[in-house]
Amino acid sequence: MQSTSPAFKENARSALADQQLQKALQNVKSGFIGKRAKARARLPEFDDLRDAARDIKNHTLANLDFYLERYEEKVQASGGTVHWAVTAEDARAAILQICRDAEAKVVTKGKSMISEEIALNAHLEEAGLDVVETDLGEYIIQLRKEAPSHIIAPAVHLTKDQVEADFRHHHTDLPDERPLSEPTQLVAEARQMLRQRYLDADVGITGANFLVAETGTSIIVTNEGNGDLTQTLPKVHIVIASLEKVVPNLEDATTILRVLARSATGQEFSAYTTFSTGPRRPEDPDGPEQYHVILLDNGRSQMLGSEFEEMLRCIRCGACMNHCPVYHAVGGHAYGWVYPGPMGAVLTPSLIGVDEGGQLPNASTFCGRCEAVCPMRIPLPKMMRHWREREFERHLSPKAVRFGLGLWAFFARRPALYHRILGLKMRALARLGRARGRFDALPFAGGWTKYRDFPAPQGKTFQQLWAERQGAEKQNGGPGR
Amino acid sequence: MSEARKHILGAVRRSLKREQPTAEERRHLEARLADPQAGLIPARGRRPHGEQLDLMEEMLVELSATVARLPGEEAVPQAVSDYLKGENLPPKLRLAPRDDLRGLPWDSQPLLEVAEGIAEEPDSTSLTGAFAGIAETGTLMMASGPEAPITLNFLPENHIVVLRASQVVGAYEEAWTQLRRRFGAGVLPRAVNMITGPSRTGDIEQTIQLGAHGPRRLHVLLIEDGPGAAADETQTPAAGNGQAD
Repeated sequence: MQSTSPAFKENARSALADQQLQKALQNVKSGFIGKRAKARARLPEFDDLRDAARDIKNHTLANLDFYLERYEEKVQASGGTVHWAVTAEDARAAILQICRDAEAKVVTKGKSMISEEIALNAHLEEAGLDVVETDLGEYIIQLRKEAPSHIIAPAVHLTKDQVEADFRHHHTDLPDERPLSEPTQLVAEARQMLRQRYLDADVGITGANFLVAETGTSIIVTNEGNGDLTQTLPKVHIVIASLEKVVPNLEDATTILRVLARSATGQEFSAYTTFSTGPRRPEDPDGPEQYHVILLDNGRSQMLGSEFEEMLRCIRCGACMNHCPVYHAVGGHAYGWVYPGPMGAVLTPSLIGVDEGGQLPNASTFCGRCEAVCPMRIPLPKMMRHWREREFERHLSPKAVRFGLGLWAFFARRPALYHRILGLKMRALARLGRARGRFDALPFAGGWTKYRDFPAPQGKTFQQLWAERQGAEKQNGGPGR
Repeated sequence: MSEARKHILGAVRRSLKREQPTAEERRHLEARLADPQAGLIPARGRRPHGEQLDLMEEMLVELSATVARLPGEEAVPQAVSDYLKGENLPPKLRLAPRDDLRGLPWDSQPLLEVAEGIAEEPDSTSLTGAFAGIAETGTLMMASGPEAPITLNFLPENHIVVLRASQVVGAYEEAWTQLRRRFGAGVLPRAVNMITGPSRTGDIEQTIQLGAHGPRRLHVLLIEDGPGAAADETQTPAAGNGQAD
């Protein structure tokens, strides 16, 4: 997928002006936050489980080579095949080859962010395959030829009226006068439309929330059941997963699963947690005849051992974006690539480079809510700060920003001068602003005063007041009670 | 693609700044894999068995599933008929190919059309067993095999599950232990499906709708067959009742 991340500012501006989008984004604010809080409150062990989940992933990442090898052995032992893919291109080629070998015409897909990351659909469609997204949200955005705007709720940027219009436009075989204004009716229609597609499919592709080294198992966590139909009915099941999805045992997966759904949708557990191990056995009456796993690196091995390693703990629950004031305001598409919100701001520059994604770590107020709710305790603001540093070092930030930072750095290195100048400035501003008590315009600060007034200083700087207070306390023999 | 494999493992090892784990490290890692330890199990999953049954039922109901408690399995055919009638569903059933389900007194329900095998369109209702019930979240665990086709769990619009009280455990970890006992260490069947309520979606304006692609209705027939497997270390669900070879 071509990124528009460098145009984040323009994207954000148009998102703020988009009335439909703003209406749809209300659902994020009102829904996810309360549901997660409720689920957390119901499970007293929740925060301890987050620590345990973090420790499991840290252990796995520290021994990733060992667990990947063991995982592959177990997949092979259960009759499956692992295809290692260094780049997105390798992964696309491997998948297309499997489809060709199976003489596939129709390919169904469960929701997979990795498949978005490698722009799989376009590649398969160019090769003449009929690719059908089966997750309701993904199906809707496939009809609209859009990218997902949220990692667990791909169509969260749409209102039901928009979905109705899309269905009427595309489902032309159905009667025009059918009622379709209620979510129930929309869901039923999608169910009906997709049913035959599941049965037609030659290949089913799913992602993976976890890979289990102990058993060679891939796990998907879903609510609709589309992933299970996708991977059970066709004769070939392809799993596409990145390296860091592996965990040692079923027990380890279980611990992380206990925090996943609660953090994502506020459910105690998702409706379907499916453990797939190899193809159907000779005595099995159903299930796929082939089981392939595409194990994708695409930059992960480089994140390992770097200051972005902790990002590899991410389990893609979406809690960070659900709680992010910037995401609430602009939605997912403004971020311009596959992964939006705080996790996207950290991951995007890692995966497509700081030249492309370097804008995104600036799209944060550093309020810290993302880190506070992250089930894997990933220090997202800290890592965004690392990216900002790199952006500055590589001279990628705009001139005005560089000039401002340079000026600040000059004074910060000369504290005496800094205090003198600041003291003068505050006294001057205090005198100028005495009459009104505020400024609605200031030189060099137009961007700030355009949206709010600047309160007039009282005349002294914080440092001066602090020094005076310390002095007073010393005279009184200690801090005041 | 062995080149890619070498490339990736090489890159991982460079990032980890090591060639291989040391012998000592490897021993630790092997031991951790061979002897999986349960992590933190919430108190909710550690109650006595009798309370687990109530919790199982409570959680299922909260998930918009329905539960009927039956004194014995011979009551299943009648209960199925009653359920289908009550929900105004066609009196047709696709049965998991298991001796214990096959052997139930279906003759007592002459109006009920019963067929066996994998699910096919347009089957409206399936009846299956389960490998275990997990009370902590009201989750049903299905382990695929000749007697447990996967499609029965997903394709029909209505899914009825026969769950014996002795199969109900508190926490997921207990079910893993039983799976290992049944299939061997480090081995799983093609599919282990944890099912927690009927199919649902929130993809349209975050309003929860049931029956997105999987079953719209999930009905559990809970057979009260005495004390639980969890209390008896020698009894696995396979030996007790259920998914036998």
